[in-house]
Amino acid sequence: MTSNISNNIKGGPLTRLLMNDAAGRRLMLILMAVSVLVPLSNLFMPEGSLLHVSTYTMTLLGKYLCYALLAIAVDLIWGYCGILSLGHGAFFALGGYAMGMYLMRQIGDRGVYANPDLPDFMVFLNWTELPWYWLGFDQFWFAMIMVLAVPGLLAFVFGALAFRSRVTGVYLSIITQALTYALLLAFFRNDMGFGGNNGLTDFKDILGFDLQADSTRVALFFASGIALVGGYLISRFIVTSKLGRVLIAIRDSESRARFLGYRVEWYKLFVFVVSSMLAGVAGALYVPQVGIINPGEFAPINSIEIIIWVAVGGRGTLYGAVIGALLVNYAKTYFTGAFAELWLFMLGGLFVLTTLYLPKGVVGLWAQIKEKYLSSGGSAGSSGGSSTGGNPSDSPAPGTEKAEGKA
Amino acid sequence: MLSVIRQVTLLLVTLCFAVSAQATATPLKPDSELHAMAQQLIDAGYKEKQALTEALVEIDDPKTLEFSQVLMNGDLYYRKDDRVVVINADDAVTAFFTGDEITLENKRDIKKIAVNNSLRTILRAGIARMQIFSSNADIRKAAAVNLLKSADDIDSGTLKEALKNETDDDVKEVLLLVEGIRQLEAEDAETRLQGVEALSGSLYPDVRGALANYVRAAEADGRTEEVKAANVALEKIEAYLRANSVAENLYFGLALGAVLLLAAIGLAITFGVMGVINMAHGEMIMLGAYTTYVVQQLMPDHIGMSLVVAIPAAFLVSGLVGVAIERSVIRHLYGRPLETLLATFGISLVLQQAVRSVFSPLNREVATPDWMAGTFMINPALELTFNRLYIIIFSLIVLALLALVLKRTLFGLQMRAVTMNRPMASSMGIRTGWVDALTFGLGSGIAGIAGVALSQLTNVGPNMGQAYIIDSFMVVVFGGVGNLWGTLVGAMSLGVVNKLLEPWAGAVVAKILVLIFIILFIQKRPRGLFALKGRAADMG
Repeated sequence: MTSNISNNIKGGPLTRLLMNDAAGRRLMLILMAVSVLVPLSNLFMPEGSLLHVSTYTMTLLGKYLCYALLAIAVDLIWGYCGILSLGHGAFFALGGYAMGMYLMRQIGDRGVYANPDLPDFMVFLNWTELPWYWLGFDQFWFAMIMVLAVPGLLAFVFGALAFRSRVTGVYLSIITQALTYALLLAFFRNDMGFGGNNGLTDFKDILGFDLQADSTRVALFFASGIALVGGYLISRFIVTSKLGRVLIAIRDSESRARFLGYRVEWYKLFVFVVSSMLAGVAGALYVPQVGIINPGEFAPINSIEIIIWVAVGGRGTLYGAVIGALLVNYAKTYFTGAFAELWLFMLGGLFVLTTLYLPKGVVGLWAQIKEKYLSSGGSAGSSGGSSTGGNPSDSPAPGTEKAEGKA
Repeated sequence: MLSVIRQVTLLLVTLCFAVSAQATATPLKPDSELHAMAQQLIDAGYKEKQALTEALVEIDDPKTLEFSQVLMNGDLYYRKDDRVVVINADDAVTAFFTGDEITLENKRDIKKIAVNNSLRTILRAGIARMQIFSSNADIRKAAAVNLLKSADDIDSGTLKEALKNETDDDVKEVLLLVEGIRQLEAEDAETRLQGVEALSGSLYPDVRGALANYVRAAEADGRTEEVKAANVALEKIEAYLRANSVAENLYFGLALGAVLLLAAIGLAITFGVMGVINMAHGEMIMLGAYTTYVVQQLMPDHIGMSLVVAIPAAFLVSGLVGVAIERSVIRHLYGRPLETLLATFGISLVLQQAVRSVFSPLNREVATPDWMAGTFMINPALELTFNRLYIIIFSLIVLALLALVLKRTLFGLQMRAVTMNRPMASSMGIRTGWVDALTFGLGSGIAGIAGVALSQLTNVGPNMGQAYIIDSFMVVVFGGVGNLWGTLVGAMSLGVVNKLLEPWAGAVVAKILVLIFIILFIQKRPRGLFALKGRAADMG
């Protein structure tokens, strides 16, 4: 019944898009339901009722949804094109900064220094006029364009340079990490004009609505849910298209795809830019919900954490990335609260155990168990940790590694 | 009774003074001319002291210099009851002539031999003269350098004589500068210009100060000719100072390069030779630094030795941890670099948290032994610290040893064989599994040694490894994977470029520029500066 609703909303092409994607279909429906039900419960259920979702919980969930979108962005390039970006946090943060700049301009003269033209931190630094790159950010539409354009442009320039000169595999991973590290250092500087160490914060309202109000929070949560579903559908559209097949070919054997006549670098560049824009959108939705953006978002460890979400969930599935992001972040919230000391042990252990024993993530767990105990009783153990590279045709993830190992 | 003796003594010493020198008949230890002078000074009023001081600085006695200095500083006292001359400085009282420690029952038992400003002037000039004619060249040089501050302390006759007698070139150079400074104040323009000429290009800060003052005075008087000449001389000094600061930055750059080299050598093995991306490499460095800390805690009385002990200890600790990591995790992930990257990153998080739990998240202080402290002087405006020099040398030694191990030992041979052709090496009876483990251990152990060196330069804390991991990768990637020579050149050039950019771009921007440069560089030469060619290139 619910599937009819979703089909009615999006129309025909959607059916084709989700036809062979039962898990994704189910997840999207759940997400749609959550993005509708949670706000409803927050607004209309009496406080104290079992069905009431507090604003705090809702904001937290909204944050997870942004992370899930970010995970989809990473899965799109890592799971389907074999590009392991250790700098995707940078695109997320840039999108966040673009949104933060808009929110900063909305403060107007309500800042501590009550300067109508300049944000507080600029007054504090004795700046007299707005830097040119802040111009236009008082317009919402302009900021929204920038949320897409800034990460997209950076990804385009960086990707064009890297892919055209055939920087692949771990080299690419390391220079993407260097990229986000360089941005981290740059944004820490006060004279960059982005608030330095403290970043942008103290936001008041968005499009005229008070950011602290429950109704605004509900709207932001709903927007995050929609963005996540939209991001999923876009990614799904890409990977099921003909272009998507080429991407998978590139992932499994880049040189072979090139020898077949495909302009590998342009395919990679396209998907890299799309992914960076998705990350930018995730950042833009994240900032108004948490109320701050600072250079810490550029830290290399954040980018690597995204990778673990995808790896835990199961790369190359898209819905696995969403599940991984939600699971790991829920665990993070829980453990940093309950056993702060243990969290890094857990996270570190998660990295090791996932790579060793869960090459297909939690979404591949069932298939893994089935393969081990049900289908091939005689050769039990063959699909254990060390031999996951065995069958490239039905386990795409390790196949990539094989191809890259040889390259 | 006491006053009678004092009367008699006074009479006697006055007598002695009258006949000048060779005083033999004082009732109190009449062993030297200086001693007699001291006794006279005790009783003299300021008027007599004037004449006495002038005589004092002429006395030919090895202790005259010290005596004058102590007197000038106002640390010279005498004991009231037996008139023993004592030094009262730094909360200790010592007899001047015998050097015996004296314990006082009452602070008022001793009395100061006071000096006033005019006496100090006489003393200062006298001291300068004595030092300038000292037989020790170091003392002469120190005295001459002191004179640069106050060139009037010496009269022109003495200076000329000193210049004539001077045999040491170094000292002579400084004395000529002193003369130059004095000439700046001369009456006629000719001499003043000579002075300017003499001072041109000297690096002593006092000379620069004197010239700057002179320019100001000359400008006030409108002597344009001299202002021009002096500005030329100052310009020359500035040029030298600029060269100096470049040299200093070069030195800092080499030291930074040495640190990067130490951090990257281990990576050059694990990443370069084995192809394993070890994101926990920074934590191996951290473990080495913490080992240094622990060793120092175990032998607090031998800080100098502790560093020597810490080097093998850190190698063992980090090396063993490395072997353990290889056997338990990395072994299963060969040929899957991206997964190795993730797994080792997880290990780095675990190690960081482990150190945080064991040692606390706060930074730990590692003491610097005495032999590492200190500076050496290149020229008057440039002093370089020893610890950086040691680290440069140390990093080169480690590199050389490693090259030796790789090229000349059985283990090195086996290691290269396994890297080149694993199945073939295995068929030849090499236990490839063990070679892998030991190779990884070697790389990790060297990272531990890097940690010992780093503990002398930066704070030892759980996050210290993180700061170096990206830089180390940059070095290896820049220099070319699998190539120790490339690692050396890569580390040194990145270090030097970083430090040379710093003065005009600031530390952070310099770092960003270097990162951007490497990102662009990898575009141009994806295999690094010294790419392996031929068949070996396929292995990387």
